[in-house]
Amino acid sequence: MGGPAGNTHRLLTVVKSGSIQDVKASPGDKVHVWPHLLAAEFTAALFITAFTLVFSLFINAPLLELANHNETPNPSKAPWYFLGLQELLTMFDPMIAGVTIPGVALILLAFAPYIDRNTSLRPEDRKFAISIQTIHLMFWAVLVIIGSFFRGQGFNFTYPWDTGLHGIFHL
Amino acid sequence: MANTLESPKAKPPLPQRLQNAQQQAADWMQDSQFWTSVFRPGSIFRKGYTDSPRNRSYVIMNSVLYHLHPVKVKRHAVKVSYTLCLGGLSFFLFILLTITGIFLMFFYRPTDTAAWADIESLHTQVAFGLLVRNMHRWAAHLMVITVFLHMARVFYHGAYKAPREFNWVVGVMLLQLTLLLAFTGYLLPWDQLALWAVTVGTNMMGFTPVFGEQVRFVLLGGQQIGAETLLRWYVLHVLMLPFVIVIFMAIHFWRVRKDGGISGPL
Ligand code: HEM
Repeated sequence: MGGPAGNTHRLLTVVKSGSIQDVKASPGDKVHVWPHLLAAEFTAALFITAFTLVFSLFINAPLLELANHNETPNPSKAPWYFLGLQELLTMFDPMIAGVTIPGVALILLAFAPYIDRNTSLRPEDRKFAISIQTIHLMFWAVLVIIGSFFRGQGFNFTYPWDTGLHGIFHL
Repeated sequence: MANTLESPKAKPPLPQRLQNAQQQAADWMQDSQFWTSVFRPGSIFRKGYTDSPRNRSYVIMNSVLYHLHPVKVKRHAVKVSYTLCLGGLSFFLFILLTITGIFLMFFYRPTDTAAWADIESLHTQVAFGLLVRNMHRWAAHLMVITVFLHMARVFYHGAYKAPREFNWVVGVMLLQLTLLLAFTGYLLPWDQLALWAVTVGTNMMGFTPVFGEQVRFVLLGGQQIGAETLLRWYVLHVLMLPFVIVIFMAIHFWRVRKDGGISGPL
């Protein structure tokens, strides 16, 4: 609108770009997924396939005798990733070893992000979280190693050099 | 001297003519409606693909890969030293396990009378049977290890913190599903190792208070491991658990993107 005398608007002065436009100070350091990420992923896929293939060329999966309910092998071991639990069973009551400990561990693990209220990512600020998780992971790792390598007849303690590779891996 | 029309006598040498013919055939292919309908603009298989920033974006944006990856990621996200590729490797191992597992399914019957003998003849009668079985078995062990290490790497980077809390929870589900897949597969060869490892494993389950015995009964299909257990675990192993884990993986990957790509450097 405006009268015949002139416009009601006028062009004012030079405006600095940052004040009316959202100009990012730094556009962020980004790279194209193709080829950078895809090439890395492809290489990783090739590598893991080649590794599995070569490993499988030299080492066969075990196949023992036909399953037999009347003949219990000694020792009887769970798959290695459950040997931590089996190890706990030698120390505690089944309720504690088979249910309470793994149950509590899993729940704490799942809810870790809601328990850990510290927002810092720097290791210096996270000493407690890092220590507790390292102890936790080592706890299972050590139990699995003991169960795998240091348990022989009757699940009694033994040394791997006494048991031998055959006893451990059924090769 | 490529122009044969102006000097018909001077035919180019044979290799040259072969090359021209090949070029013509390739052009014809790439111009065809079929080809252009398969490969969308920006595909590296389309005619005239050049390596430009625009085309690099199109490679992702105009292909099925867009379901998995954004066009660009933070520079540090492609550093192998950050993720150690462990999440990706877990996923590739899952794919390798699916492929080798489908192969094995052609030769395996989940019954107490046939299972063991089928594995045995896989070793001796089937071309590459032993090799593929080995790969399936070792890849399974490897996947348990990579998933565990992936979890450790995520933890030490603090990558479970906001806004990624929920993806960590999804991850813990994935860890459990991975273990269950490995465990259900363990029974299938139906040898002494399988039977007794699973006996030990499922006895532990019976200790769960209140409904432990019932859960064990449903999983075994009886009081002890038998033909019913084999069939149940087979279905769990080849169909149900893979189906469930794929859904969780889809959510996991989708959340990695929605949470702003992988977490920043320390
Ligand atoms: C089948 C198992 C799994 C697969 C295939 C998988 C795959 C992936 C992939 C491909 C990524 C992208 C970054 C990377 O490679 O590190 C990722 C990120 C992530 N994963 Fe997993 N994962 C699995 C299990 C887990 C587990 C067990 C946890 C934790 C308990 C977890 C928690 C996370 C979190 C929080 C991120 C985001 C990390 C970041 O932003 O730096 N995932 N996962």
